[in-house]
Amino acid sequence: MFFLRLLAGVSSALAAVVIAATACAADLSTLVANLTTGGFGDRETAIGALAASGEARAAPILEALGAGQLYLRKADNVVVIGKPDGNQLALTEAVSGKPAGTGSEAELDRVRVNNRLRGVIEAAVGSLTLMSTDPRVRREAADSLFKRPDPAALAALDAAIAAEKDARIKVAFQEARAAVVLVSDAPKQQKLEALEVVRDRGNRDALSVLQAAINSAADPEVKAAANAAAASVRQSLAGWEAAQNVWYGISLGSVLLLAAIGLAITFGTMGVINMAHGEMVMLGAYTTFVVQDIIRTSFPHLFDASLLIALPLAFVVAGLVGIAIERGIIRFLYGRPLDTLLATWGLSLVLQQAVRSIFGPSNREVGAPSFMSGAFQVGQITVTYGRLWIVVFSLLVFVTLILVLRKTPLGLYMRAVTQNRPMASAMGIRTPRVDALTFGLGSGIAGLAGVALSQIDNVSPNLGQGYIIDSFMVVVFGGVGNLFGTLVGATALGIVNKFLEPYAGAVLGKILVLVFIILFIQRRPRGLFALKGRSVE
Amino acid sequence: MKLGSIVRTGLVAAGLLAGAAGSALAQGAPIKVGVLHSLSGTMAISETTLKDVMLMLIEEQNKKGGVLGRKLEAVVVDPASNWPLFAEKARELLQKEKVAAVFGCWTSVSRKSVLPVFEELNGILFYPVQYEGEESSRNVFYTGAAPNQQAIPAVDYLMNNEKVQRWVLAGTDYVYPRTTNKILEAYLKQKGVKQEDIMINYTPFGHSDWQSIVAEIKKFGSAGKKTAVVSTINGDANVPFYKELGNAGIKAKDIPVVAFSVGEEELAGIDTKPLLGHLAAWNYFQSVKNPTNEAFIKAWQAFTKNPKRVTNDPMEAHVIGFNMWIEAVKKAGTTDPDKVIDAMIGITVPNLSGGYSAMMPNHHITKPVLIGEIQGNGQFDTVWQTPGLVVAEEWSPYLPDSKDLIADWRKPMNCGNFNVVTGKCGGKGK
Repeated sequence: MFFLRLLAGVSSALAAVVIAATACAADLSTLVANLTTGGFGDRETAIGALAASGEARAAPILEALGAGQLYLRKADNVVVIGKPDGNQLALTEAVSGKPAGTGSEAELDRVRVNNRLRGVIEAAVGSLTLMSTDPRVRREAADSLFKRPDPAALAALDAAIAAEKDARIKVAFQEARAAVVLVSDAPKQQKLEALEVVRDRGNRDALSVLQAAINSAADPEVKAAANAAAASVRQSLAGWEAAQNVWYGISLGSVLLLAAIGLAITFGTMGVINMAHGEMVMLGAYTTFVVQDIIRTSFPHLFDASLLIALPLAFVVAGLVGIAIERGIIRFLYGRPLDTLLATWGLSLVLQQAVRSIFGPSNREVGAPSFMSGAFQVGQITVTYGRLWIVVFSLLVFVTLILVLRKTPLGLYMRAVTQNRPMASAMGIRTPRVDALTFGLGSGIAGLAGVALSQIDNVSPNLGQGYIIDSFMVVVFGGVGNLFGTLVGATALGIVNKFLEPYAGAVLGKILVLVFIILFIQRRPRGLFALKGRSVE
Repeated sequence: MKLGSIVRTGLVAAGLLAGAAGSALAQGAPIKVGVLHSLSGTMAISETTLKDVMLMLIEEQNKKGGVLGRKLEAVVVDPASNWPLFAEKARELLQKEKVAAVFGCWTSVSRKSVLPVFEELNGILFYPVQYEGEESSRNVFYTGAAPNQQAIPAVDYLMNNEKVQRWVLAGTDYVYPRTTNKILEAYLKQKGVKQEDIMINYTPFGHSDWQSIVAEIKKFGSAGKKTAVVSTINGDANVPFYKELGNAGIKAKDIPVVAFSVGEEELAGIDTKPLLGHLAAWNYFQSVKNPTNEAFIKAWQAFTKNPKRVTNDPMEAHVIGFNMWIEAVKKAGTTDPDKVIDAMIGITVPNLSGGYSAMMPNHHITKPVLIGEIQGNGQFDTVWQTPGLVVAEEWSPYLPDSKDLIADWRKPMNCGNFNVVTGKCGGKGK
């Protein structure tokens, strides 16, 4: 109760500052009605007036407006808040907060906002929700005030700091207060103290606030201190940046590894130049799409498991297509690399066009399950769950594949056939069958890669084309026929790429990597980890 | 020749007078219309829709009785996103099929590839996509936007309404983004933006790993000045780009992205909630409310038998181009290219944004410019629009090479690159 009264007090103080005359006279329903009329400029004034009114309903109404959920009902001109509920919108009256039935978009006129207004709303809601009971809301309020410091919010912030119990949110409040002090006309000493608080925050937002302070500082001492603070933030960020590039590199490397590891089997151990490898990846991605589509329409509660269901299916689909290709085309072309190359390239075009005819040329949407969306912070690095899971998944696939090759009879036969085909045949191994299974295994793994890539790339008929060159580069660089080489090669290329990109740009970066690989192959024609033994001769 | 056309006109008139019974008499051989859009390969994603729109327009026109009393017949070819094949297919359409006009191409490189064919065989091409300008051919009608009908107003909007002071010009590495960015850079500098406040970044086609570039943008944006990204990133690469922006927590409130190649069709494949508030500049949005547009959307969704099918800007350009061509053929009374090309200039037809577009002597059309913000439902909300129509500047006044050039295909000038300083036809470029 005390908080509420305090909030009301603070807000009315704000009201006095902002637009004293209108706020006193107007009651809530007029204030809300004003939101819906006029152009964007009028709406900005109306938002200010509503925020300053001290009404408890102001915050939810403004939040709905910012989220594009505030509507004017055409039938009776009542302002309502509409929250999506199936195909309909569940309506509540904006002014009273009472439920107002349901409605469809067609019966309602959305109150439009633009980016500028969203910023204004965020700042207004920020100072209104500093006293919220939900710690997450308080935290967001502090962050939005930090990004858009508003001198008028100083009193509210001081009150919030005094009342705050959670130490971490208190720090956030103090940082927001410091940002506000820097834009206000506070005395020099306060500004210098504020600079230290902002410096200790040490992230990009802090740097942005410091830069703004440098740009606007009138006092030379403040300017020098701001410069020093910005320099120290920049220095600590530079270290994080290098760490971030390593993470990006590992993430890119895991994608390359996934795309290349199947090729490491078909090309690396069997020696088949399979230009349709990328299309196996694409088939895996489309399998994921089909699985998700069925789940969406028939079993919506299974959505989070959709990728897990898609994994075995993608493996089977791509694997079977791979076996069909091997039995139907490639086995007639063993020992004729050029013919294989042309035949599989033609096949890749056929597969692309087939998918285009069945699913249409446009991209298909594959959603992210909840455990793969969102991100978390490690220091100043943002790590997204999606990328993290892909790294984990690629390592799992890698380890599983190693185990299959080392510990299963199929792996034993495969190694035997690649090392010495006539001898393996003489020992009673059915080499054509092993060839088909090996090719199927490589293709199936490409299908698994497709499931992962559907999360970060477009699911379109062209999906595979983007990866085929990179995959060959990784396999050749890592050493043909060596799975560990593929792992090291993919990670190394990923990291090198990410360190080059900021300096050389993405286009030149790619060229440099290619030149590097060509030179490297000149020195070590067998790649990083050359396979030793009779088979290579 | 003259006698022939009089006789033919007479026949048409007789046919019309004879009414229903006589209409069969009036119908000579159908007029062939070429459709030159990739139905396979990388560009199929964008161009297939345009082929469908042409088929719909031709079908509708035939329901109205065709033109000059003759039915229209679409000749669809597939250049398969292969630039040299565009030239071959264009030759096939003009020489073998003898089409009266061709509607086609998407990328600038495909247009450049067919240009010599159209000039050699005196064909007519309607090009429906926004492009970099710096071109005006007698045989091409450009119904998409020139840079001053899309890019420059978008930059003005950000500068005036969002108070942007720092600019990232990000594009795919090919001719359209490079030329557009060159124009924008010159324009921004003229407006007093310093070199250090402009960052230019190019990425390859289909770039999918945006992590480090988005981090760079974030870094560039933390200089205490409002920053915006002007994106000429093409096609597919946009989806992972926007996803990465969302991952990096860059919201439109902080660093807005204005795109010139992202329309309703591109957004149809993605969840647009994280993109709320990012901008696009076009001459048409599906969300524009007026009876012409509503009728068009209804017809399109009925034609494709898909009530959720979206419309977009290049489709509108084809609608305008097709209607202009019909009017010009009616005006000329023949499909003879020379006569139609002359008749085209000055033709005015309704556009779908609620006004009229006119074909100017430089073979470009007048257009309104709309800035829209992406909404959660994959549509755009128009937040700003030019008060009137904008006339295309086919030769940019901001580039030193082209600032003295104008195009005027009326007699007596009849020139696509007239140099107003030297007073001669034939400047740099084509």
